[in-house]
Order: sequence, then C-alpha cells, then structure tokens
Amino acid sequence: MDIVQAILYGLILSSIFALGAVGVSLIFGILRFAHFAHGDMVTLGAYLALAVVTLGQVSVWLALPVAVLVTAGAAIAVDHVVYRRLRRTRPVILFLASVGVAFVLRNLVLGIWGPQNLVYEPGIKLPMQFAGLRLKIDQLVIIVASIALISGLALFLRMTKIGKAMRAMSDDPDLARVSGIDTDAVVRWTWVLGGALAATAGVFHALDTRLQPTLGWDLLLGFFAAAILGGIGRPMGAIAGALVIGLASELSTLFLPPVYRSAVAFVLMIAVLLIRPTGIFAEARR
Amino acid sequence: MSLLALEDVRGGYGEVDVLNGVSLTVGEGEIVVVIGPNGAGKSTAMKAVTGLVNVRGGRIVFAGEDITGARTDAVARRRVCYVPQEKNVFPSLTVEENLEMGAYLRRDDFGRELAAVFDLFPPLKDKRRQPAGSLSGGQRQMVAMGRALMLQPRLLLLDEPTAGLSPKFREMIFERIQAINRTGVSVLLVEQNAREALGIAARGYVLVMGRNRHEGSGALLLADREVATMFLGG
Repeated sequence: MDIVQAILYGLILSSIFALGAVGVSLIFGILRFAHFAHGDMVTLGAYLALAVVTLGQVSVWLALPVAVLVTAGAAIAVDHVVYRRLRRTRPVILFLASVGVAFVLRNLVLGIWGPQNLVYEPGIKLPMQFAGLRLKIDQLVIIVASIALISGLALFLRMTKIGKAMRAMSDDPDLARVSGIDTDAVVRWTWVLGGALAATAGVFHALDTRLQPTLGWDLLLGFFAAAILGGIGRPMGAIAGALVIGLASELSTLFLPPVYRSAVAFVLMIAVLLIRPTGIFAEARR
Repeated sequence: MSLLALEDVRGGYGEVDVLNGVSLTVGEGEIVVVIGPNGAGKSTAMKAVTGLVNVRGGRIVFAGEDITGARTDAVARRRVCYVPQEKNVFPSLTVEENLEMGAYLRRDDFGRELAAVFDLFPPLKDKRRQPAGSLSGGQRQMVAMGRALMLQPRLLLLDEPTAGLSPKFREMIFERIQAINRTGVSVLLVEQNAREALGIAARGYVLVMGRNRHEGSGALLLADREVATMFLGG
C-alpha cells in the first residue's frame, strides 16, 4: 500500500512539476533561453492569490483566476522591461538577466509578506480515506485540474492559429518572420501561457504544502529536470518528464530519507544530460 | 517601372560586408536569375530584400516604396515571399500546417490557394498530415515553395530551389517555377544550375565578389563566352 500511496503523492508532485516545466520548455523553445525566474514567478502567483484571499475574503479557488491573470500580466511586463531589450544578444545574457529577475521577485515577496510560513485558509483538512489510501480533496482537484489545463494547452498548440505559430517559431524563428508571423504576438502569448501555468502551479503547491518565499525556487530544479528529460523546447515532452521526476522523487522516499528527494531529480537530470542530451523521448535527429 | 530594384546595395552579416554594390531589377511578371561562384553574395543579395541582412548602403525599392532596412514581417506583408535554400520548412509542423503558416497574414479564406498548391505539387496532398521534417529533400522544397505561394505573392524569392535535387526533380521544379510565373508572379531566382536557370529566365545577372559582373537576357548570357567558361562548365 505504501507504494500506491507514494505513487499518489508522486502524481500530485508531477502535476505541479508539469505545470511549471511546460512553461520552461515553451519559453526555451520560443525565446531560446533557460528562464531561471520561472520558480519565482510560481511564488509570485501563489502570494498574489493569498493577497486576493486576504483582501477580498474569498476562497482560494476564486482567487486563483485573478492570480493567474495578474501573473501573466507581470510576465509580459518583465519581458517588456528586461528581456525584450536583450533579445538580440546571446542566450547566456538573457539567462543571467532572468537570474536577476528571480532575485527581485523573491525579495519582493519576502519584503511584502515576510519569511514565515503562511496558509490560504487556517485549519486542518482531513484527507479522505479509501482502501487504506489517503487523499485530500484539494489534492484530487490539483491532479484533475492539471491534467485538464495541460490538455487544454496541447489543444491550443495544435488547433489555434497562434498556437501553431508558436510551434513554428520554436522550430525556426527566421522562417517564422519570413512567413509574416507576428513574432511579437507569439512572444506575448508565450509569457501569458507560461505565467498562467506558473501561477497555477504556485497556488496548487501552496495548497498542498504552505506559502513560503522559496516555494517556487525549491521547485525550479524539478521544472528544469522535467523539461530536460522531455527534451527541452518540447512542451509535451515536459509532461512525461514531470511524471518521471515526480514519481521518482516520491518513490525514492520509500528507501531513502526524504531529504534526498530533490537529489533524485538532480541525479536523473544529470544522467539524462550525459546519456541523451536531447531528452529521453527525442527521436533521432535528422 | 520595375517591381523590385536594388540600387548599389552594400551590407552583410554582423560587421562584415558581403555585398559591395549590387544593383539589379525585376520587372513585373519577369523571371530574373542571379548566378555566380560560391561566396559571390547571391543569397545575401536576396536576403537583403527580406530584411535579414544589415544593409549599410544603397537602396531597395519594391513597387515604388523604399523598403531598405524594413522589418522582415513588413516585407512579407507586401507579399514578397522568400524561400530559403536550407531550413525552409517547419520540421515539426505537418505539411498542411506549414502551408497554413504561409497564409498567416491572411484573414480571408485560403482554401483556394491550398487546393492550388496541392494541384501544383500533388505528392503533398497525401502527406498533408505528416511532419514536414519527415519528407525527402525534393518534397520539402515543394512544401517550402507551397508555403510561399499561400500569401499570393507578387514577388517570389527562391534561393537555390534545386540544390541537391536529382535531375528529375530539378526539371520538375524549374517547370513549376515557370507555371507559377505564368499566373503573374514575378520571380527572382538564385541558382547554381546556371544553364537550366538561364533557360527559363528573361534576364540574368552574374555576381562576383559581391558586385555585378555581367547582366543581360538569359539567351545572351548563355551565349557569352566568359560566362560560359566561368559558370556553365565550358
């Protein structure tokens, strides 16, 4: 039963990793840099939801869409102020700029809300029990909602004009420009989707654990590990990567002390980089 | 008045100039060919039109408008459609999605152009749901040209469309270029296969070291002794 319970917890973690990793992969594919501030965008989303909960006296489920919208807007704003000016430089400069943005966001959260652990709603929610397994209703919602959101994203990328343009720009930015694709619009949509999914991941993780200024920072490694595992720049590969990382992390607690949980993600990421740097699901490159 | 005119264009990538003064014109409805040795700046001259090259001198005029240094998507909006030599398809997109991306700027229904492209290149119809990256070189070239046709181009810029293709495919591509031209599309063509290209062209230019060396009607260049020994294999 321990294994099934660990798989269940692994699915929750995978859901949260997937929401972040898909964004990391999307941004890498289209803007060609590793967005180091993604974790702190997750944190920002979680705390923005807290602000709505406190100020509006509403449930966190009502606060979630507000946090999603504001985080998406913040992502566009940061791109406009910082990344856009650096677009013609080398990827390493964009990467370092995003390290700076990460620190700014984290300290902003720290300055406003302080270092202590916070929760959306006080009180303890008891998990549902069935067949010896424990699962909170929130956790069930996290898994189902994540599957729904990522399926929605997959449909968006397949079916809509702008979604196809995003995939096209990820394939070849120059050819996209030559075709007349509005690359500025593609970039804006990339931040909207990346920011929205990041905020959702933040709220979900805060629901599952607690609010903490390093909440997203602690998840960042998992995002990158999942994105690299799935082949960075392929958002749909990142989902599979997230499943592997999430399940491996939780299952490792069965025979390793829980503090090694994130080390497992590290080891998996390094192993993949050494053996198959294009990701475990990448077909042979032409 | 010519549709496209390059006037003494200088420029290149980064700080290095590849073009040291290139002038050429494409008239309405013409096929114009640019030939020359490797590194002569043929492809660069073509890319300069699309805004993918830093132009540091001279002027590029399209349909009476100065488009020197215009943004790449702004050039596409004028229905100047460029087909690069390599990396000319979106490999992870299906054939049909590639064609749709060619029509990105259109708000109207492009079903007719889609059907026209499938008529022009029948093999694409069966492969419409396959990723373009899985196709052969010749089929990719068809997708690339098809993508450019979706925008109903006024001017088609083709960079070595027959490079690396078998003689059979080569002949087919040249024949299709003529078919496209007959529908009223002007064509600027950069080619290594100079003899065949000059055969279908109204006029041709020979570039050497980023400068004009010769120009004239296709027939005249084919008959020119110096051009023949230098570029047509004697």
